[in-house]
Amino acid sequence: MIGHRVQRDLARAISAVENGILPFAVALERVRAAAGSNGTPHHADVIGVTGPPGAGKSTLVDRLIEGLRAQGQTVAVIAVDPSSPFTRGAVLGDRVRMQRHSGDAGVYIRSMASRQAGGGLAPATRDAVRLAEAAGFDVVLVETVGVGQVELEIVAVADVIVVVTVPALGDSVQTIKAGLTEIADIFVVNMADRPGANATAVDLRHMVRESARDIPVLQTIAPDATGVPELLAAIDVKRRAGESNAVRAVRFEIVQRVRDRAVAGALAALDSPDGAAVLARLREHDINRSDAIDALLAILGGPVHAH
Amino acid sequence: MPIKVLVAKPGLDGHDRGAKIVARALRDAGMEVVYTGLHQTPEMIVNAAVQEDVDVIGVSILSGAHMTIFPRIMDLLREREVDDIVVVGGGVIQEEDVPKLHDAGVRAVFTAEASTQELIDGIERVVAEFGRDRARREAAAR
Amino acid sequence: MQTPVKPITVDEHREEWEQLTLLPFIERRPESREVFRTLGGVPLERVYTPANLAEHDYLRDTGFPGAFPYTRGPYPTMYRAQPWTMRQIAGYGTADDTNARFRYLIAQGQTGISVDFDMPTLMGYDSDDARSEGEVGREGVAIDSVDDMHDLFAGIDLEQISVSMTINPSAWILFAMYLVVADERGFDRKKLSGTIQNDIIKEYVSQKEWVYPPRPAMRIVRDTITYSTAGLPRYNPVNVSGYHTREAGSTAIQEVAFTLAAGMAYVDEVVKAGVDVDDFAPRLSFFFVSQIDFLEEVAKFRAARRIWARVMKERFGARKPESMRLRFHTQTAGVSCTAREPLNNIARTAIEGLAAVLGGTQSLHTNGYDEALSIPSEAAMKIALRTQQIIAEETGVVGTIDPLAGSYAIEALTDEIERGVFAYFDEVDKRGGVVACIEDNFFQLELAEAAYDLHLRKDRGERQIVGVTKYRDDSANPAVELHTIDEAAAQRQLDRLRRTHETRDDAAVAAALAELVRVAKTDENLMPPTIAAVKARATEGEIINALRPIFGSYVEKPVF
Repeated sequence: MIGHRVQRDLARAISAVENGILPFAVALERVRAAAGSNGTPHHADVIGVTGPPGAGKSTLVDRLIEGLRAQGQTVAVIAVDPSSPFTRGAVLGDRVRMQRHSGDAGVYIRSMASRQAGGGLAPATRDAVRLAEAAGFDVVLVETVGVGQVELEIVAVADVIVVVTVPALGDSVQTIKAGLTEIADIFVVNMADRPGANATAVDLRHMVRESARDIPVLQTIAPDATGVPELLAAIDVKRRAGESNAVRAVRFEIVQRVRDRAVAGALAALDSPDGAAVLARLREHDINRSDAIDALLAILGGPVHAH
Repeated sequence: MPIKVLVAKPGLDGHDRGAKIVARALRDAGMEVVYTGLHQTPEMIVNAAVQEDVDVIGVSILSGAHMTIFPRIMDLLREREVDDIVVVGGGVIQEEDVPKLHDAGVRAVFTAEASTQELIDGIERVVAEFGRDRARREAAAR
Repeated sequence: MQTPVKPITVDEHREEWEQLTLLPFIERRPESREVFRTLGGVPLERVYTPANLAEHDYLRDTGFPGAFPYTRGPYPTMYRAQPWTMRQIAGYGTADDTNARFRYLIAQGQTGISVDFDMPTLMGYDSDDARSEGEVGREGVAIDSVDDMHDLFAGIDLEQISVSMTINPSAWILFAMYLVVADERGFDRKKLSGTIQNDIIKEYVSQKEWVYPPRPAMRIVRDTITYSTAGLPRYNPVNVSGYHTREAGSTAIQEVAFTLAAGMAYVDEVVKAGVDVDDFAPRLSFFFVSQIDFLEEVAKFRAARRIWARVMKERFGARKPESMRLRFHTQTAGVSCTAREPLNNIARTAIEGLAAVLGGTQSLHTNGYDEALSIPSEAAMKIALRTQQIIAEETGVVGTIDPLAGSYAIEALTDEIERGVFAYFDEVDKRGGVVACIEDNFFQLELAEAAYDLHLRKDRGERQIVGVTKYRDDSANPAVELHTIDEAAAQRQLDRLRRTHETRDDAAVAAALAELVRVAKTDENLMPPTIAAVKARATEGEIINALRPIFGSYVEKPVF
């Protein structure tokens, strides 16, 4: 069980990081202190669940929570939904499907708006996952809609990636993006009682065979938990095979973090007095574009390339 | 930083038209809205509010049970040691009960006939007046 | 024989009128709006003419009352024989309290009973369930067992007074209780008349009272229909409803389309079980709202009848006239009643009531002026009942049938609504039928869009509410005396429930529930074991809970 105060402090820490009020390191310390960590960092397995809208992910996640709790594990869920590109607001309704776990102190559910164009994960999702881990949860489930490059974003976050699809009315795996076999650990065909379920599963298995990785293709009917025990077992296998995924994830995360840092540095250089001066000269046609770029790169330090 | 609002439907009543329109209108005003769904107990509502760390709990109640539900929500927030979430309500609430709700800690009561703009303005106002300044709270906790 | 006016001539004259009379007038005084729309969003023409009815064939499209396609009414004499049933809903506190209100309304001239239950009863919870706290006897009457049912109908001759029960996911249980009361008091089942709403499909769309998921819930509805059809020739086991969907913000076209689609889904379900459509279709009944947009509502009712007649004949091959004839109850629109200046609602209700009568309703509930504030007080109900009586006795509209037929506007709107409804039927078929649409949230999404669109139209000032958005008098808001909730009623109900538990044979109840569970796992009819359980004084909550492990519990996926 994760106590009320820890959950409250976890919730506040996530908000603080999401809104840029606290740096991640400080928020992490907050949560660790609340959870009474004695120094050895707690490890949680992170399971990403993604797929197109309408695939029944929330219902499936509800069943996964049920199964994990039956095994005695505590579960945190981060459910990400798209923000409106026009108003930047969002309506987050995923927790409705999981509400029967509401009184269970071993379950924490947090909705996050993607806060960026193109849906996908919120920039703070990664941090939210790490904070939930620090709070002491055994498993963190991240549920998100699979648009844009979200699968790549999920690799940075999750140890096991489950891609959920439904039997399509027309072409089946054409709707599954190319490259997904590099990232998915498990494919699930949900709503398997609908026509076309077997065909979709068969198509996915063909697709999977072309990659070198072992990716099971399962069928589920989330409303009555058909296929869910098998899914939990497959997830378990992947969790325990964890190491290669952890390496994959850390490689991806390092690249992300360094890229984020570099972008922040570049923007700072552009906004600095020296940077603004270069741009002013460009505006006045005193220098051309490639000279401007060289000058700005020189401000940042490092090699200069003419374009 | 968007205002985060929990739109809650307590009790067994299933009339969610108002709550859903409010959710959508608040989204269109740039807020992040978490919808609890129907048939919520006060415990479920407070649990969601704490986990989501919302700024505001907006309770939509048409059953007439508001004099039981709101005080219970306020008690539960106190029990969870959360004193900085603003509680507002709307629906079918008799005029003479509004002062009593204010005394119980409900910061605003919206009639069913309030316009969208009145609602948005009202929520922004109570958050500014009574809501937590998150940055100050984090600084104080250091 | 009607001599048709040649459309070409009218159109030519219209153009001339527009050029010579209309346009100069508009230049001096423009119209107040570019487009006038009905509440449901249908654009109104400036003036309707015979040209609008160029495709009309009177005999095919309008016909005679009591004959296909029933546009003018289900009966050949309509209100000339007797007025519609005046059926004001009632329900609060315990069964005794509500029984007293029934007797009052009957004494004031009401001709049928309509029961409103409290939320726990509607949702399948006993009064002592933790979920029921604060809601027992509040928004309706609390019924836990057949003992309560007996008191609800005390002193009422069920062979003479028809009883409508607004109950849905647990309708089959309350139906069983009603039958046990009738049996134990010696009434002849063949003479019982009334209805259970029992329309579970619209629950997932709008009213949102549910227990089990759609598929097992459909099975329950099917069982009530087949059971009722076999033994109760005057009873309507389903009251397929559009009221709630409209109140949730749908358009008039959606109200008719989603309701009739649900009706067709029930017909499909029962026909699939091997029953001939003509054996049960005559006993399906419907329930619509009457909203404030007068012309659209009258057209809507006529369109609904015509559509249903055509669907039953062409899609289901019904042969009996009674199978094709749509009969309905109406309630005036709760959502049109305001909390400000509540007495204005008397005028709104009168207009809505008149629309329902001109639309040919069989039964009518008119709202009290306090509809937006509370459950109805006795005083409000009396005026609402008098409103109906004034329509029936003083306005003269009962003397001729479907008097607005032939109005160019009304017939054009009737056609427009019918077109919109059939477009929805095509869409539903394409998506795999009604249950698939429920599971995919199709109706719910359409409804959410329409509700939000209406909200925006109101926000923009396209639709005004007198006393609220226009002609607002902030200096005064007349207080009206409201129904006072008897806070002691809940405790009285808990005492009643305890007495039921103490006086019954628990072993018999357990055995009856076990048999119910056994039947639920098969495809046998659920009504007989339910009746047996109810007779043994099993409570509603016990029955609902016994079947939860088998049928599951429904959780919605909300759409906005």
